[in-house]
Amino acid sequence: MTAVSVRDVSIAFGMLRVFDGLSLDIEEGEFVVLLGPSGCGKSTLLNAIAGLLDVSAGQIWIDGRNVTWDEPKDRGIAMVFQSYALYPRMSVRENMSFGLRMARTPKAEIDRRVTQAADLLQITHLLDRRPDQLSGGQRQRVAIGRALVRDAGVFLFDEPLSNLDAKLRNELRVEIKRLHARLGKATMIYVTHDQVEAMTLADRIVVMKEQKVQQIGSPAEIYGRPSNLFVAGFIGSPQMNFVRGRLEAEGNRLAFAAGRHRLPLDAYAFSDRPEPGREVVLGVRPEHVEPGASGVWPGFTIDIVEPMGADTVVWCSDGTETIQVRTSGTRRVAPGEGLSLGLDAAQVSLFAADTGERL
Amino acid sequence: MNSISIQAPRAGVLVRRGRRRVGRGLPAALALLPTALVVLVVYVGCMLWTVRLSFTGSTLLPRYDWVGFAQYVRLFANDRFLTSAGNIVIFGILFITGCLILGFLLAVFIDQNVRGEGVLRTIFLYPYAMSFIVTGVAWQWFLNPGLGLQKLMRDTGFPGFTFDWLVNPDMAIYTIVIAGIWHGAGLTMAILLAGLRGVDSDLWKAARVDGVPAWRYYLSVVLPLLRPMVVTATVLLATGVVKLYDLVVAMTLGGPGISTEVPAKFVMDHLFERNNIGLGTAAATIMLIAVVSILAPWVYARYVREEGGRV
Amino acid sequence: MRSRSGGSTEPQGRRPRRITAGRIGLYAFLLTAALFFLLPLWIMLVTSLKPMEEIRLGNIVALPAALTFEAWGKAWSSACTGLACDGISVGFWNSVRILVPSVILSIALGAVNGYALSLWRIRGANLLFGILLMGAFIPYQVFLYPLVRIFSAVGVYNSLSCIVIVHAIFGLPTMTLLFRNYYAGIPADLFKAARVDGGGFWTIFLRVILPMSTPMLVVATILQVTGIWNDFILGLTFAGRENLPMTVQLNNIVHSTQGERAYNVDMAATMLAALVPLAVYFVSGRWFVRGIAAGAVKG
Repeated sequence: MTAVSVRDVSIAFGMLRVFDGLSLDIEEGEFVVLLGPSGCGKSTLLNAIAGLLDVSAGQIWIDGRNVTWDEPKDRGIAMVFQSYALYPRMSVRENMSFGLRMARTPKAEIDRRVTQAADLLQITHLLDRRPDQLSGGQRQRVAIGRALVRDAGVFLFDEPLSNLDAKLRNELRVEIKRLHARLGKATMIYVTHDQVEAMTLADRIVVMKEQKVQQIGSPAEIYGRPSNLFVAGFIGSPQMNFVRGRLEAEGNRLAFAAGRHRLPLDAYAFSDRPEPGREVVLGVRPEHVEPGASGVWPGFTIDIVEPMGADTVVWCSDGTETIQVRTSGTRRVAPGEGLSLGLDAAQVSLFAADTGERL
Repeated sequence: MNSISIQAPRAGVLVRRGRRRVGRGLPAALALLPTALVVLVVYVGCMLWTVRLSFTGSTLLPRYDWVGFAQYVRLFANDRFLTSAGNIVIFGILFITGCLILGFLLAVFIDQNVRGEGVLRTIFLYPYAMSFIVTGVAWQWFLNPGLGLQKLMRDTGFPGFTFDWLVNPDMAIYTIVIAGIWHGAGLTMAILLAGLRGVDSDLWKAARVDGVPAWRYYLSVVLPLLRPMVVTATVLLATGVVKLYDLVVAMTLGGPGISTEVPAKFVMDHLFERNNIGLGTAAATIMLIAVVSILAPWVYARYVREEGGRV
Repeated sequence: MRSRSGGSTEPQGRRPRRITAGRIGLYAFLLTAALFFLLPLWIMLVTSLKPMEEIRLGNIVALPAALTFEAWGKAWSSACTGLACDGISVGFWNSVRILVPSVILSIALGAVNGYALSLWRIRGANLLFGILLMGAFIPYQVFLYPLVRIFSAVGVYNSLSCIVIVHAIFGLPTMTLLFRNYYAGIPADLFKAARVDGGGFWTIFLRVILPMSTPMLVVATILQVTGIWNDFILGLTFAGRENLPMTVQLNNIVHSTQGERAYNVDMAATMLAALVPLAVYFVSGRWFVRGIAAGAVKG
């Protein structure tokens, strides 16, 4: 069943159109991450779903109801903000119950929900503190708690971890994932610019850029089969290697050619078999390059070695192309060594050089 | 290099104290010398001098005898002074609460994405740019019963309308309150509006998701956040209250009778016109005590407690 | 306030905006308030443009039926202050002569003080600043009489230099505070770099600090120009009969008891006295607000 459905939505700020006819369906219980660089419109979309922003055309459905004109409080949503947005000078308990008190929920029910949420987030001991007495991580837990007590079917997260340091970010990320699993049917829509959060949390990722959806898919799809050059470059660290070249015909087989390097593409799954002679960009992830004494692309020299512990990133070059290779951290390599690169056509991506779209 | 150190961050860079550095600090000390002199002679010296004079029987010229608290006894038996003191309390309470309430409402309403925000802000604040003399003259003209508001209302179809506060000894002080609020509400609005603009916009979003009505949001969430601005505005308005002089001079000259006398005017009159320096300085000393007792809690809250380290 | 009726029964697109009672109340309140704030200025203006007969008979808020600038001319050049009938122009020029040196002197002192207090460590500086700060709140009446005695003794009482010095003295707290707070926000490393480069007290001030101070100089100028122009009590006490500023002259004109009060002349004189600070206010706009906020003793 569809929990949230964005149907042909346009949003405009004055004369400036931000979205034009955007549609998105989100299943019940799904964890969807809206991912993109700042200014891509992901937060705008989230605010529109929340009802904090009017759409200028289209509809928004939540839980089978058309809520396009409904107030945020009537949409069955809860929201967590980047700046926590805790009400200052109210205790944690008051923060969590403020909305329920506004809705004149019976006191016993308020207590029950607050206790339950506090339990779930392990903030029971903080209930009587005030936000300015809490650390950043605790504040965000409280903010999540405030969302939990609303008993909403849909949770909206607007970059909730961006204000935290790296360690806390990891902790809370896991916490949110656990929470999603525990709540079972809760639908979560999560906005972030952090690809690690997106990859680890999402059932589905919506990659956005400049107010356009670039790709919607599972983390594995987004990572393994990026639909265009932007997605390919945006996801993955170290970045995917890109090599410009062209398609050449070898009999009735196709091969990628860049300078003296060639790669037969028999194993590549084209969506649409293209014409030979086409200008293309070959993308290959660093871990999909096999360095060794023999490989399809010989003649590389190691430039720089970046040991990262678990693995090592090796930058190597043949004078025209620079390729990053990810190898095991135990492998000993030194700058200056000669190298051949092994590539597997099944694991590379090919993009049209002109449009940037995946072939 | 190790002779330069950074200490308390709010004070900026400080050259470590020490004999070796005295030479370097000399030009700075010299630059502060005029100010130090002024502080010593004017702010401390003249203040003590005034206090000293209040214990003398000085009249036209200062004398340096000692009459104990005689001037203070006379002062608190003086109708004019007691009226002045009562007036300043009435004015102070009404003026400050009036400015705060009106200023807060204006700030909140202006913050609602209204049209012509800039124009409205300009209109609300311009009185603050004008002198109290101008303010007083303008309001005196507007409120004078013969040709002003009262006549206007009677001419436009309310023949029974009466608004003679300006010439009514019981009500005249309230006209000064009105003129004062007209002058100062814009300032309060500007300070509070600056505070409002600093409030995290996510808070309002969170409140909307929680279904908190706007009035409740402003009362329970925003107002507590604005407390520092409210305190600043209050202190600013309060110092204006104690200094209240020009407005009264321009508007009522203390009249009708002595009904709108205020302490600052009492002091000025006795020092420079009534040739009663002893009584005038005694009244000035009372003003000083009043200001210090108002200021002390604020200074304590602002500096002593904050520097005691926060949680 | 757009309102668009949804043609279809299905909610779609922009939420229809109803003109709510709250919205009406909000605008009603703001417009009433605007009226309250504008009315005195309006009345001053129209009164100053009317002949006296019309004022006696007519409506105080009405536009002048017979527009005349006569009152403005009279107010400027021939209104009586009780002693002389030279108009408020005398006061205007006095105010200008007081204003220019007072503003320059008080800002110069404030900037140097702020610099010395925020970036240099001087023994007793905090005490000095503390007393200065308290001085900002203490009513003038506490200092006036002894100051008069001092100036008389030195022989400058009731002169232009006397009132200029007094303005500089009473401008010290605010100006010092303003610049001290501003300079405290300058990155410490910049000052350190200048010290390492061998700059002395005045070199650093003139070459490094002062060129960065433009915003505060503007704010301080706005604050002092309006403050000193609007001063009444200091001018009354210290300037002397020859140098009475415009505010004092205005008050004398309005309260001079000779004959019937010429309200149109009074109002024209009032408008004239308000002109300079109003011009500063309208030209400086947001800077003015910033000035008050900065002067609002944030330290």
